[in-house]
Amino acid sequence: MTFTAGIDIGSTYTKAVIARADGVILGRAMEPTGFKLAAAAERAFARVIEAAGLARADVAYVVATGFGRHQTAIGDVQVTDLTAAARGASHFFPGTRTILDVGGQTMKASRIGADAKVQSFRLNDKCAAGTGAFLEKTARYMGYTTQEIGPLVATSKTAVPISGVCAVFAESEVINQLSEGAAPADIMHGAIVSLVDRSMQLMKRVRMEPEFTLIGGILRFERMSDVVRGALGADVNVPPGDLVQFTSAFGAALLGQRRLRRLAAEAARAAGAPGAPVGRTT
Amino acid sequence: MAYAAGVDVGATQTKAVLINEAREIVGRSLTDTGANVMRAAETAFAEALTNGDIEEEAVEFIVGTGYGRYKVTFGNTQVTEISCHGRGAVHMFPLTRTVLDMGGQDTKAIRVQPSGEIVDFCMNDKCAAGTGRFLGAAAVALDLPLAELGPTALRGERAVKISTTCTVFAESEVLSWLGIGKKIEDILLGVHESIGARSIGLLRRVGIEEQVTFTGGVTKNAAMVATLNKRLGLSVNVGDEAHYMGALGAALFALDRIVAGRAPAHAPGGAA
Repeated sequence: MTFTAGIDIGSTYTKAVIARADGVILGRAMEPTGFKLAAAAERAFARVIEAAGLARADVAYVVATGFGRHQTAIGDVQVTDLTAAARGASHFFPGTRTILDVGGQTMKASRIGADAKVQSFRLNDKCAAGTGAFLEKTARYMGYTTQEIGPLVATSKTAVPISGVCAVFAESEVINQLSEGAAPADIMHGAIVSLVDRSMQLMKRVRMEPEFTLIGGILRFERMSDVVRGALGADVNVPPGDLVQFTSAFGAALLGQRRLRRLAAEAARAAGAPGAPVGRTT
Repeated sequence: MAYAAGVDVGATQTKAVLINEAREIVGRSLTDTGANVMRAAETAFAEALTNGDIEEEAVEFIVGTGYGRYKVTFGNTQVTEISCHGRGAVHMFPLTRTVLDMGGQDTKAIRVQPSGEIVDFCMNDKCAAGTGRFLGAAAVALDLPLAELGPTALRGERAVKISTTCTVFAESEVLSWLGIGKKIEDILLGVHESIGARSIGLLRRVGIEEQVTFTGGVTKNAAMVATLNKRLGLSVNVGDEAHYMGALGAALFALDRIVAGRAPAHAPGGAA
């Protein structure tokens, strides 16, 4: 059995997955990325090998992805996060045609074909108001941590309107809302609505088509997918549990498997070539 | 003696200024705006009274300005901060034609007539990039007090190019440059240049006409003043009262009202 690893060095977290040739996930690990990207990748890789119960030598091929993919020497090859996400999302949901990936400091929308190849994409990594950082900042202004966003917003029934133009300006808005008696849960809900509005703009620009698959760290907050579903008026696929955060790393590991198969096929052809097919045709 | 007051409730700080009928500043105060905007306005006004040793009853007219001007509940009226900054700047520097106001959360470029009337203005109302907050983010990232940002940046020799526009992301970028081993001085110089470039972009949109007067809280930052002078190729006016310019303008508008209120009463009656 051949094992491959995918390492997704994201803006906030670095995720690593080890996959078997049949696409089964053997282990995964997540580390905060911090500012030493190579070290984060190294830690995530060491931990995922341990989690899979393997030795480093057992991993035949490593694919690095994410914004920090060029900062590590671990990968045998680098692929863009869009390519990796497309592969992972298609594996979980073969009907996927549009992917929305909301991470800590980025938001990406892409349209893909039945072959899991990216046909069109738009991304925002310039303005925090259109990324997970907007939710994180909103939570912090109210004294909550990022981890508390999910449970907090789960209790909200109505969203307080929050204008999502700037994550910095949101602070005065949040403070005003709190002083007027709005509930933190409803403010958080409002921030999610405004982030989803932004995501709709990106998705429109890639000319979205169903099925929709949502991935990325921010999708671990269930309310996020509920609001997207409402805004689209269509059902959405969400990988179960924390797989939502590992989709791109998993996609990278799957691409590693593909690469190994191709290399094996090439090797076989090279080995078999001199005798059989070439001789017969000429 | 009657006094006029201006209370400028900014996003970060609230300023109050008292002037006498000779348009001289006789009392001033500065307080953090915080979450309770109304209280900040009251505190600033009360402290300005104490500072000037003036009785509240002697203040005949109060103008509120700034983003929180409608929270100056004791004020007689409100005037936009654009008008107030223009008025204050022309009062302090009569040759002012362009005003750059850099505050905690917004930056405004204002073009004024010799009378102090506004011709045009432009502000960053959608994004905190290029405002004092960008400096604040750098200060947090580098764990330096705000007051040390300017002096530290002035020691920089080779500005690090800051590629981030967003204030939120600037914090991470500053840290990553530090991680790569860049000097704090050079990073901060780059931060100042980035803000300078953005604010000059705003100024260009209203048209830069000399003299340029720099107002708002960021005027206290010597590196920002130096960056603007270098990039504009001129010397901006920065007065001791630059931080109070909006409140001063508001107080001048308040004094207008006091004078206007007297005119009809005095003219027919007084002449007789």
